[in-house]
Amino acid sequence: EGSDGKYHVGSSSMKAPAKPIAGNNYGHHCKPECFRSRHDDLKEMLDSNKDSLKLEAMKRIVAMMARGKNASDLFPAVVKNVACKNIEVKKLVYVYLVRYAEEQQDLALLSISTFQRGLKDPNQLIRASALRVLSSIRVTIIIPIMMLAIKDAASDMSPYVRKTAAHAIPKLYSLDPEQKEPLIEVIEKLLADKTTLVAGSVVMAFEGVCPERIDLIHKNYRKLCNLLIDVEEWGQVVIINMLTRYARTQFLNPNANEVLLEEGEEKEFYGSDEEEGKEEKVEKKKPYVMDPDHRLLLRNTKPLLQSRNAAVVMAVAQLYFHLAPKAEVGVTAKALVRLLRSHSEVQFVVLQNVATMSIKRKGMFETYLKSFYIRSTDPTQIKVLKLEVLTNLATETSISIILREFQTYIKSMDKDFVAATIQAIGRCATNIGEVRDTCLNGLVQLLSNRDELVVAESVVVIKKLLQMQPEQHSDIIKHMAKLIENIQVPMARASILWLIGEYCEHVPKIAPDVLRKMAKSFTSEEDIVKLQILNLAAKLYLTNSKQTKLLTQYVLNLAKYDQNYDIRDRARFIRQLIVPTDKGGALSKYAKKLFLALKPAPILESPFKDRDHFQLGSLSHLLNVKAGGYQELPDWPETAPDPSVRNVEVMDKRKEKKKVEKPFYSDSEDESRLTESADSDSNTGSGSESSSATEESDSGSKSEDSGGESESEQQEKPNRKADKSRVKPWDVSNWEDFNNNNEEEKIQPDWINCKHTYTHLASKGSKINSFSCRINSMANGLELLKLFWHSRVLFVCILPCSAQTISPTFSSLKTYELLHRLTGEGLAVGYCFGRQPFVRDPHMVTVQIQFTNHMDTEARNLRVREPRLQSGMRIKEFPEIEVLPPGETVTTVMGIDFCDSTQAANFQLCTHTRKFCVSIQPPVGELMAPVFMLENEFKKEQGQLMGMNEIKETLVLGEACQSDYAIVQRVTAAANVGQVPCGSDQEFAGKTMTSNSLVLVTVITKRDRTAQLTVNCEKMVIGTMLVKDILHALSQ
Amino acid sequence: MIHSLFLVNSSGDIFLEKHWKSVVSRSVCDYFFEAQERASEPENVPPVIPTPHHYLISVLRHRIYFVAVIQSEVPPLFVIEFLHRVVDTFQDYFGVCTEAAIKDNVVVVYELLEEMLDNGFPLATESNILKELIKPPTILRTVVNTITGSTNVGEQLPTGQLSVVPWRRTGVKYTNNEAYFDVVEEIDAIIDKSGSTITAEIQGVIDACVKLSGMPDLTLSFMNPRLLDDVSFHPCVRFKRWEAERILSFIPPDGNFRLLSYHVSSQNLVAIPVYVKHNITFREGSSQGRFELTLGPKQTMGKAVESVLVSSQLPRGVLNVNLNPSQGTYTFDPVTKLLSWDVGKINPQKLPSLKGSMSLQAGASKPDENPTINIQFKIQQMAISGLKVNRLDMYGEKYKPFKGIKYMTKAGKVPEGRRDEAALP
Repeated sequence: EGSDGKYHVGSSSMKAPAKPIAGNNYGHHCKPECFRSRHDDLKEMLDSNKDSLKLEAMKRIVAMMARGKNASDLFPAVVKNVACKNIEVKKLVYVYLVRYAEEQQDLALLSISTFQRGLKDPNQLIRASALRVLSSIRVTIIIPIMMLAIKDAASDMSPYVRKTAAHAIPKLYSLDPEQKEPLIEVIEKLLADKTTLVAGSVVMAFEGVCPERIDLIHKNYRKLCNLLIDVEEWGQVVIINMLTRYARTQFLNPNANEVLLEEGEEKEFYGSDEEEGKEEKVEKKKPYVMDPDHRLLLRNTKPLLQSRNAAVVMAVAQLYFHLAPKAEVGVTAKALVRLLRSHSEVQFVVLQNVATMSIKRKGMFETYLKSFYIRSTDPTQIKVLKLEVLTNLATETSISIILREFQTYIKSMDKDFVAATIQAIGRCATNIGEVRDTCLNGLVQLLSNRDELVVAESVVVIKKLLQMQPEQHSDIIKHMAKLIENIQVPMARASILWLIGEYCEHVPKIAPDVLRKMAKSFTSEEDIVKLQILNLAAKLYLTNSKQTKLLTQYVLNLAKYDQNYDIRDRARFIRQLIVPTDKGGALSKYAKKLFLALKPAPILESPFKDRDHFQLGSLSHLLNVKAGGYQELPDWPETAPDPSVRNVEVMDKRKEKKKVEKPFYSDSEDESRLTESADSDSNTGSGSESSSATEESDSGSKSEDSGGESESEQQEKPNRKADKSRVKPWDVSNWEDFNNNNEEEKIQPDWINCKHTYTHLASKGSKINSFSCRINSMANGLELLKLFWHSRVLFVCILPCSAQTISPTFSSLKTYELLHRLTGEGLAVGYCFGRQPFVRDPHMVTVQIQFTNHMDTEARNLRVREPRLQSGMRIKEFPEIEVLPPGETVTTVMGIDFCDSTQAANFQLCTHTRKFCVSIQPPVGELMAPVFMLENEFKKEQGQLMGMNEIKETLVLGEACQSDYAIVQRVTAAANVGQVPCGSDQEFAGKTMTSNSLVLVTVITKRDRTAQLTVNCEKMVIGTMLVKDILHALSQ
Repeated sequence: MIHSLFLVNSSGDIFLEKHWKSVVSRSVCDYFFEAQERASEPENVPPVIPTPHHYLISVLRHRIYFVAVIQSEVPPLFVIEFLHRVVDTFQDYFGVCTEAAIKDNVVVVYELLEEMLDNGFPLATESNILKELIKPPTILRTVVNTITGSTNVGEQLPTGQLSVVPWRRTGVKYTNNEAYFDVVEEIDAIIDKSGSTITAEIQGVIDACVKLSGMPDLTLSFMNPRLLDDVSFHPCVRFKRWEAERILSFIPPDGNFRLLSYHVSSQNLVAIPVYVKHNITFREGSSQGRFELTLGPKQTMGKAVESVLVSSQLPRGVLNVNLNPSQGTYTFDPVTKLLSWDVGKINPQKLPSLKGSMSLQAGASKPDENPTINIQFKIQQMAISGLKVNRLDMYGEKYKPFKGIKYMTKAGKVPEGRRDEAALP
């Protein structure tokens, strides 16, 4: 609060024309009479050259807008500042412009060119905000400009701008629905976008513009399911709701068969679900198998139940309610109950939905019964809803606890709530036959309650209950009849009178007496009571005319002159019916049948019954009325539509092929020969690859144009690549052809050739691709590559010769000091990470230790003692070195399992005389081992490690790091990873020693010496640290 | 989605309006005022009110109604959750969310609302992103801006918007790197007249204040994670890691945030840390009633029970009370019949008590309801569920942070309701 005070002091000393600024003295200084002059002040300030004055003026204008004061006459003065350099002024001008442009269309056009310029700005924030404002200006004349801008932005490199484009779509649509078709095209394009940033917004646009075009979703369905967890929370809600609807049109009802099987049991519990039951019978024939896509949706939404956002949790809950097999719906209950501890507005909405769910899926909330107990501090509307849920949940077993709970509620001071409780007891009594008598007795006890409202409500409920089995309860009816003298609440009096009339044969003595009393007080009764008096009189007249004839006529006479039309009418009607006259109305002989017919007992049912035909969680469900723009939840289809529409070419083929691959390799003994066709395949492959390479460089030059926008460009990359692969999936299709032809290798001779080719080409990274095509063409496929690759990086000899013939690419391993010769009193110890797999344990990192004895005497019994390790770490000591003569050096090897952490391994190094505490701390890059992988595999794995698991950095390459070869050297030196052989970028793969988590490194170089480094790793810590190390290595 | 927003104070004045689509006249709020009049209590105004052309969805926080105007189908929780997020943001920016604070900072409020919604759809709601776009007002910055003419508005797109960790701003630097975690547990219980527990449950939250430079990657592990029955996370927490190892692994947002909310499974017996002895009687025919209340601690593991506040809604028949507290002060409002007693700290040696008489309306019959007693309290340095943080590790950065953890237990919304038990109906 103090801050603004200071601000004002400062500004008034600056000789501002008007003292108050911004929110100061808000509300007091704006008397209409001073408006004119004040606005002139503002205009002056806006026209000045000083940004500070302009800002002040804009702040005051915004404050006026906030208060709802009209500031439209300032439009010309404000719009001039649309191109102001000061960004805050500019922003406030935008705010103003969007608010008033609709009223001042002509003047608003002056600003358009500024935004059009902004759309081309190299800064993505400026592009986005220009589009945002441009599309918010509701001026019809600029519709074509908007359309163009949206189309352009939809293919912008920055995902943020694309997101803004998605937001702009519904704006334009609401301004001009004629634009629907071209807008759908843009939506279709954006739906294919693979960034999480865009996903939520474009689905929002889809829902606003063309929710009926479910066909646009097919191809994007799986992608949306997979991205969902990384989309921002608001987008998640929209996507989940949309997918619920989608799933209802594409998959089969998972509960169809279950319901059929358990029909007997079902009927009792869910007696209301008749339509469901019918449906099932039709589909008896085939057993239900859930579509994998259906399962995918259920699986991927489940973790979101843990979201902190109530709307997300609710969205998942409704998805499960509408789509999941009955047995699985229960998983959402816990999360919904959690929401009951949130703000009361959240509780209100959640309880409404729980009430609907609890009717159909009673079982899911049974264990949480106590969570719906009412607290004395709950607002009434919450109490009533909780009561509703409790009533719905009542079963034979839980009813006694619930009734005891209700009993305490009746003592509440909140009378509306007490009335609702009594109603609830009545409903429990009708639903559960076993407790009907208990409830009735309880309610009768309430009749002696001191509070009249309680009594009255009880009477009304008892009346309904009695109607179910009146003959057993004539004593209660008698009791009630006596109450008429005390109860004043009209509704209760009317109910009692009705009861007496209806069951007058059970109370033959009391009934006429009651009528006598009522006749006396007739004129002072409320209308509903009067009507019931007439009713009672008529019934008594018909059953006991001896005693009541006169009374009835007296009452009818009174009613004849009543002020109320209805009562006069009723009296006339009854008189004609029951009193035999000369004219003899034809109906009078049926009078008994008319009045004393057996009336069906009223059904007390929940107001939430059948509300689930609205999608849960929706506004329409809450209001139980279809709201504007509500999309109906379709019924399940009888037969599932073709599931293949969701297949996406590239991805899917690969999945299918995966399955084929296994047998392919295991059958590899029956060798087949290389054929011509494979060769031709490889040709086409290399051809298309080279063209895509040129595209690559194109995009590179584009990024230069856009100037310093590296981060957006990086985001863009994967997309573009994905696009490319869709157009020319050379790598994939090639592989498939191999598989299909089932051709096999002639390993040995070619392998040697190949190796030479490779070492030759490795130095010229650009040719690696053509090399890879060659490998492909040799058709010995993965096996060969694997062999080859291992031999290069891992020094693992799969073929005996390779160990000798191939030398490491990095000539020297970096040596670290373990013990300095001075501290070691002449014994110097160094270590390096050998990068071979540790023979005895695959999870251990190999550490080579080199001892040098600088002493004059020999060192003996060199060994490791007392390792002090972090939990989980393990160490495999080197065998004790018995003697190390002076001046000699010896090297040994030990293995350490670092548990994928960079925590140091501490231990003691002992000689026969001394011991030294030492520690080995691994650089993060040594915690992994290379993995062989092809590019498509790499891309796939990378695709699964998005979101939190992906770290991107841009860097400037160091002087010595310009060539691709150097980059490979540096990266492999920094981390023990292996290069992906035929990658279009520099791609490296490894996996951590302990947990075998994949570590994927990508380096994309650009022309201007910058490069982008991406690390995907499930272990984020490792990822983060690795990025740093590699960054360091490359920028040196 | 959200068309417009109106802020209404407790006296029914609209003191701020903001429109994201074409302007909706403020007369639409008349429907809200009608509903407000119908409702007996402020919190009984229905959160969703249909009007002929619009729907009004509102939340009540800090005695301000935030009324959003909706024109077509939208999940009501979506809007409610968003409005609460708006309030949280205001609180974060201005320290308090009051009418005065909003009016004083109306320009920042407007800028914030502008960034938070685009065409009625949420755009940026993460506090870290917003703070990069619009800097929170501080005295120093206001002075500096006035002199130098610089602004509160950022010129670059916040890196968070594009990154995979949108909740964290980049380039964070602190000289003192520190991370504090508060484990706060609330106990909610209903206890009947005889002292037996009807329901009792524990909810907890871990609120964090993390001020660490760079991109720290934290893991927090518990000694007894099995206690946690149901959890909800800040988006930064890696769900898979929790599923697999019961470890909270996350890159924290900068500043204050709620890391985790949890519920302790009801299978575990909940030890209620205080007990109440009471004797409240009314005699038929007499215009006097007796009131006796004694509080005592139990199962607090030696920790002091502090900030104890007892309140009770006495029956309508009670005219006034004449009570004598052994410690603290009490007040009684003869209109609302609300008795509240500010006890302070419970001394186990000398239990606090409140004794005296109540005067009843002459001639009125004996009130039949037994008053409900609510108790608020706090216990420092203890989490009643026994939850213990095992360790906090940091990866990804080289410095050594200062780590702190604090435990607290307090009473939930309704800690103890003491209610009359009667025979089954």
